[in-house]
Amino acid sequence: MNNNKKSGSRIAAILLGGLALSFGAINASAQQTLTVVSFGGSYQEGQSKALFQPAAKALGITLKEETYTGIADLRLKAKAGAVTWDIVASGSGSAARAGAEGILDKLDYKVIDTKDFLPNLAGDYCVGGDVFSTVLAWNTKTFGDNGPKSWADFWDVKKFPGKRSYRKGVAGALEPALMADGVPADKVYEVLSAPGGIERAIKKVKELKPHVAVWWSSGAQHAQLMKDGEVDMITGWNGRFDVVAKDGAKVAYTFNQALLDYDCFAVPKGAPNKDLAMKFLAEISKPQYQAEFTKYITYGPTNKKAYDLGTIDAAYAKKLPSHPDNAKNQLTINLEWYIKFEAQAAAAYENMLSE
Amino acid sequence: MTVIAAPNAEGLRRDAAVERLQLFALGGPAVLLVIVTMIVPVGWLFWLSFLNDAGEFSLEHYRRMLVQPSYGRAFSLTFEVSFLTTAICIVLGYPLAYVLSQLPRRAANICMIAVMLPFWTSLLVRTYAWLVLLHRQGVINTWGIKLGLWEAPLPLVHNLNGTLIGMVHIMLPFLILPVYSSMRAIDRDYLKAAANLGASPTRAFWLVFLPLSLPGLLAGSLIVFILCLGFYVTPAVLGGGKVTMVANRIATDIELFFNWGAASSLGVVLFVLTGLILYAASRLVRLDRLLGGGSH
Repeated sequence: MNNNKKSGSRIAAILLGGLALSFGAINASAQQTLTVVSFGGSYQEGQSKALFQPAAKALGITLKEETYTGIADLRLKAKAGAVTWDIVASGSGSAARAGAEGILDKLDYKVIDTKDFLPNLAGDYCVGGDVFSTVLAWNTKTFGDNGPKSWADFWDVKKFPGKRSYRKGVAGALEPALMADGVPADKVYEVLSAPGGIERAIKKVKELKPHVAVWWSSGAQHAQLMKDGEVDMITGWNGRFDVVAKDGAKVAYTFNQALLDYDCFAVPKGAPNKDLAMKFLAEISKPQYQAEFTKYITYGPTNKKAYDLGTIDAAYAKKLPSHPDNAKNQLTINLEWYIKFEAQAAAAYENMLSE
Repeated sequence: MTVIAAPNAEGLRRDAAVERLQLFALGGPAVLLVIVTMIVPVGWLFWLSFLNDAGEFSLEHYRRMLVQPSYGRAFSLTFEVSFLTTAICIVLGYPLAYVLSQLPRRAANICMIAVMLPFWTSLLVRTYAWLVLLHRQGVINTWGIKLGLWEAPLPLVHNLNGTLIGMVHIMLPFLILPVYSSMRAIDRDYLKAAANLGASPTRAFWLVFLPLSLPGLLAGSLIVFILCLGFYVTPAVLGGGKVTMVANRIATDIELFFNWGAASSLGVVLFVLTGLILYAASRLVRLDRLLGGGSH
């Protein structure tokens, strides 16, 4: 009996000791472990090699990487009160909406230095990590050297006969339509914000509808469509086309009238290591990291200084969306417009598609 | 008899009660599992569909479905695609099941394995395989043009055609299995009797065999139809963005509104509509008999 009691209390002691130990371990590692979540695939692989791991090394911390499908996953965690991520990678639009909704923390720009950033690539809740473009791409086998040069050409099925593919979602789908309809790039969001603007753009897309063979919904899909020669002309994200072109796909694209957009990093409200996350974001926003990332995919740096370091090959730099020569011909995505009008525009777009 | 039974009647009753409890306990874990993994989450989603962004009771998610015509079209397209898939499955599957049921057991079993084989491959893989076969410069179009069967590439995929091809391929075994088993159960003597009474083989088929196999056919069709209603991957991959079924619309709405209520309201409506169709079907045919094991 006595023996039993003794062994019982010994077990309890061991258990308590173990608990104390594991708490200690958590506390000790909490000071230096940061959890980052991104989209996986070749994109995150590039981020990991160029940004995350080198920055973690420089700061002397342990970095844990996870993969998710998008900000909706964070929303679930936030609702459950179980945010385990310190930094989330996101598209600019979803991050802006998530910020407006209140599940992201404001970024501390006293810590993160963005004075050398291209304009409009750092928001209250999200700091730009890379710049990409929604471009007009075409099949070089169909059109040879005489490819389309503008959105007006994309809509011109007489001059450029062939199957089109266009985005199934409304994001980035209305701006080209308005430009094809004759609206100058710098007036596009003005028109879209005015009454009747969204309808005008959708009417223009509807005009092209009979020639659209596929409404694409992912980057992997639009790249594959060009690789298979399934369509002759398409919209899509420039980096994806470069990847399949390297694989032998007959595809070329232009930055003319393209839509400049960016991916960014945010800190969720309730992140376990908020202060460290800010420091980490400051580190990966430095030009040397940004220059390194371009080696993995043709997405450009948000920090202009990255071009001055000389580590990006000059010829290669001209292929990047944020290169000054390319950026000047593009329309930068207006996030405020999306926060205000996306739901309304999406409903109208969906109605047009299902007609 | 009663005199002998009386002393232990109490004990027998207790034994029976204990046995019932034990049987119930055996089923308990399964019942619990269904409640925890099915009824609670589905009920929760049902509840969410009546809440707005602020968490208050609201019918806005249902109102949106009425106001925007695209939702109605997604529902009618879902039923149209499911109906067409079921019809094609019947046309292809019934004769195949008939041939199989007439084969000797051994040969039929080998053929059944061939029918079942697609089940062992992931739905996603099979769907992408169709994409490779059907696209503009895919195997089928390339060969068709080379052999001079047609001149310009046929629009086989990125539309309703491709979606139906993919869905029929996936759903066919679900039709063949119940039809085959109900055909196997038909006593051959009935057909002999029909022949004996002067019916030609065709007449015997229409008057005897077909009605006896009908319960299996209806059960199979119902399974196919209902499974089709929830399809997501196949229309997403093979539909070219033109075949937006309810499940695809749910995914779009989740991305767009970041709101479970908006998406679950679609699920609720699909659930109710499916229930109504089942109810209507049960008025027409005796469902319980169909689902209770065909013609046994």
